[in-house]
Amino acid sequence: MIAAAVTFGFAAIGLAVLLNLYRLVLGPGMPDRILALDTMVINAIALIMLYGIAQETTVYFEAALLFAMVGFVSTVAFCKFILRGDIIE
Amino acid sequence: MSLVLIALLPFIGAILPALMIRAGRNACALTAGSVTLTSLILLLSYAPAVFGGEVIQARFEWLPGLGLNANFFLDGLGFFFALLILGIGLLIIVYARFYLSKQDPMGLFYVYLLLFQGAMVGITLSDNILLLLIFWELTSLSSFLLIGYWKHLPEGRQGARMALMVTGSGGMAMIAGMLILGNIAGSYDLTVILQSGEAIKASPLYLPALLLILGGAFTKSAQFPFHFWLPHAMAAPTPVSAYLHSATMVKAGVFLMARMWPALAGTPEWFYIVATAGLVTMIVGAWISIFKDDLKGLLAFSTVSQLGLMTMLLGFGTPMAALAAVFHILNHATFKAALFMTAGIVDHEVGTRDAKRLGGLVTLMPITATIAMIAAASSAGLPLFNGFLSKEMMLYEASHTYYLGQEWILPVLATVGAVFSVAYSARYAIHVFLGKERHDYPSHPHDPPFGMWAPAGLLVVLVVAIGLLPQAIAGPLVQVASNAVTNGTAPVVDIKIWHGVNAALIMSMIALALGLLLLWRYGTFVALRQRFPRPEAKDIFDRLVDRTAAAATFVTDGLQNGSLQRYLATMVATMILVGAAGFFGGSHGAGTRATLPISPLGLIGWLLLVAACLTLVFFHHRRLLTLILVGVIGLIVSLGFFYFAAPDLALTQISVEVVTVILLLLALNFLPKQTPVAEFAPRRWRDAVLAGLAGLGVAGLTLAITTRDFFAGSISEFHLANSYPGGGGTNVVNVILVDFRGFDTYGEIIVLGIAALAIFALLESSLHGKASKRLANWVPETARAFDSHPLLLVVASRALLPFALLVGIFIFLRGHNEPGGGFIAGLVVSIALIIQYMASGFQWAHARVRVDYHAVIGLGVLVAGLTGVAAWIAERPFLTSDFTYVSLPVVGTFEVATAMAFDVGVFLTVVGAVMLALANLSRIGRLAETGGGSHPIASQH
Repeated sequence: MIAAAVTFGFAAIGLAVLLNLYRLVLGPGMPDRILALDTMVINAIALIMLYGIAQETTVYFEAALLFAMVGFVSTVAFCKFILRGDIIE
Repeated sequence: MSLVLIALLPFIGAILPALMIRAGRNACALTAGSVTLTSLILLLSYAPAVFGGEVIQARFEWLPGLGLNANFFLDGLGFFFALLILGIGLLIIVYARFYLSKQDPMGLFYVYLLLFQGAMVGITLSDNILLLLIFWELTSLSSFLLIGYWKHLPEGRQGARMALMVTGSGGMAMIAGMLILGNIAGSYDLTVILQSGEAIKASPLYLPALLLILGGAFTKSAQFPFHFWLPHAMAAPTPVSAYLHSATMVKAGVFLMARMWPALAGTPEWFYIVATAGLVTMIVGAWISIFKDDLKGLLAFSTVSQLGLMTMLLGFGTPMAALAAVFHILNHATFKAALFMTAGIVDHEVGTRDAKRLGGLVTLMPITATIAMIAAASSAGLPLFNGFLSKEMMLYEASHTYYLGQEWILPVLATVGAVFSVAYSARYAIHVFLGKERHDYPSHPHDPPFGMWAPAGLLVVLVVAIGLLPQAIAGPLVQVASNAVTNGTAPVVDIKIWHGVNAALIMSMIALALGLLLLWRYGTFVALRQRFPRPEAKDIFDRLVDRTAAAATFVTDGLQNGSLQRYLATMVATMILVGAAGFFGGSHGAGTRATLPISPLGLIGWLLLVAACLTLVFFHHRRLLTLILVGVIGLIVSLGFFYFAAPDLALTQISVEVVTVILLLLALNFLPKQTPVAEFAPRRWRDAVLAGLAGLGVAGLTLAITTRDFFAGSISEFHLANSYPGGGGTNVVNVILVDFRGFDTYGEIIVLGIAALAIFALLESSLHGKASKRLANWVPETARAFDSHPLLLVVASRALLPFALLVGIFIFLRGHNEPGGGFIAGLVVSIALIIQYMASGFQWAHARVRVDYHAVIGLGVLVAGLTGVAAWIAERPFLTSDFTYVSLPVVGTFEVATAMAFDVGVFLTVVGAVMLALANLSRIGRLAETGGGSHPIASQH
């Protein structure tokens, strides 16, 4: 059962990542692309968790934690750059 | 030990005159003199042993892996030369005290002189040829300082530069020659090399080694065609000339030929190269010397000629000729140093050293004139003076040596050289001191104070004493030195004044008569010489230097024109060429390993990577978009690391990506947001072709490596097996970083720290220059949003800080056994801190993080270094780690490894470096914000 669920999860998130890619390449604006990157990070967290479940190991979970903790920093930096130019004022 | 001290004392003592000059000029000279005297006494204490035929050795291992050891030895030749260097050095120190004027920095003079002296003694006592080379280069450097001592004179500076270039490039050649020699002999120790002469002469590399070594010796000893630097070095103060060109610097080349005599001499190659160079130098130098009006110029070319004489004798390759060379080295050192000193006295007291303006000084300066004329008589080879004896030996050797199968060539040419040397010596004596007294001297001539003429006086006493009682005074010294030169094959000679009438005496008499005749008809010969064009060596040399510099500039400017694209293109093109040469030069086939099936996830990752890369290439001129795409590529690469089970790398990659983005955004704010499109189409095609080829090459390489097994097996097994027993950790990656390759990591964190400090230093200086004014007038390119510190972000970031720090500590602590470690933890903590800077503003955060990041970097390196040193206390190599288990209540039993302390160092350095770099880059923005940084805006929170 769990195996089927994990496979389904992989398929769904894989599709989501491809849709992210679509937004990233075509844009049209800069915020679209920044959001695409941010969403990709979130999908990456999901992929890592699923991969850990599939492999039955916890060794990857810290990485998911790290992604969750610092992944948004780039997004913030990009946004701040667009809004203010200077990211550390 | 005291053997080493003989060479090292002048180096150690070189600091003293610089200090003692404060106590006055006498104290300064006295200290310099006592340093030399101590060395001399140490040397003389070995005299009984050396004269008893012993070879004293002192050996210290320095870099045994390179064959470079501080091995010293003292045999007859070394003793002979060291005696000359230290003895005449002592006299020069006395002479210079009275010669230098009050305006000259005397302390500096003696510092240079002692450094030079130490280097020279080092050459004569070195047993290891690599050590000898080091001292050899030191003489080039210290003589550069001495020759250019009068910095205000352009001639002094140019002369010093020319001497350094000529002798320095000769030294380069000699290094190569010595390495070949050491390779043939199988050892870099002279004592071994000198015993393997047969093997060296039989080797096919004999000729290259010989040519290269002679390149060093000929340039140093000013042999034709490298003789031109020596006269230009005469711009130095006279004590320097007297020292460098009588007993030391130029004799180093002769010393080297004498030292290498057993290993290299005796072959036809040696004979024709060395003897010919010596013969030509002897005649050319003497001929030019006759016509030099500058007294020091005259003496300089006479030195060139005398050096040629010694070189020729060594070139003959017979033990008897070598003995004559040794004897002449001694005699030349005595009379030539005295001649230089008298030239200096004349210059000092009369105010000119132009022979045309001098004459008749014998009544005005009787003491100086006597000294000068005795020395000149010896130089001319007049009987009863020491120069006569060795010149006689030279003529005798020449009279029975065949050159190109002809008996007459050498005797005739040697006599010609002797004729010229009589002429210039006589000219020095007659044109300066004899003749009518004049009334147009620049100043009133009189004899100098005792201290100034005494050193020269002592030398001419030796000139006469050796001339009258050669065997009693110089015999044993010459004998023991020539035994060392010839490996003990030198004949036992009783040097006598009178040999009866033989070929040499007749040649001597002919030379004397013709030489005086030449001087009598001096005007005719000057007119004759003026008719022929003469090449000016300095012009040729300058043109050569200019051309070389222009060529170097052309190449450098072609490669480094300031365009990063061009650097990149050059590097990538080189890589392609090297790679292609390797690929097409060898055989190759398809890989043998079966390829793995493609999983759907892998396929998606691959698609993402390819699409992101292509998009990046398409939009590469929009820099912000490029950064976003780089972020995506970094994300996929981190996921790839997970996919291939490398969680440590993935963790590092994730954190590095974030820091990179922040760093680049900080910089991008003040850079153009668009890359200008190259107008020149071929350049774009060049870049495209290079990038395409390099990409294909790397892809092919990756395919080749992943489809076959390692050539020599993987080293993974070793690390996996030894990680826990050796390093006390189960995370192999971390154990490699802090233990197996700990020394690499140590070097890397130092580099990291230096890079951060360099960013600080560069910005610090540029922000105080023109850039600060430009920044003050800087206007943002795009309109700016109102809210500089959004409340939501501030709250979220502050709530995040403790968690992020906790994660950092957690990752650090588990690092030795699970994925993590000091490097990743450092990055995580840095990011946690940077978020505070971004969200709440620099002022707010900076006021609360009261840490000096410079100190954090230093502390990190220090902690890591001390951890390494701690291993020494346990008498184990640097950075050997140890671990044990500790039990604490509540926590339970856990492992403590010294590697943990090392990791703390890594952690601190990473945090310090990242924060220092980012904080400094953000300063640019604050300067622009406030117009010079004088009124920082307060945080709104």
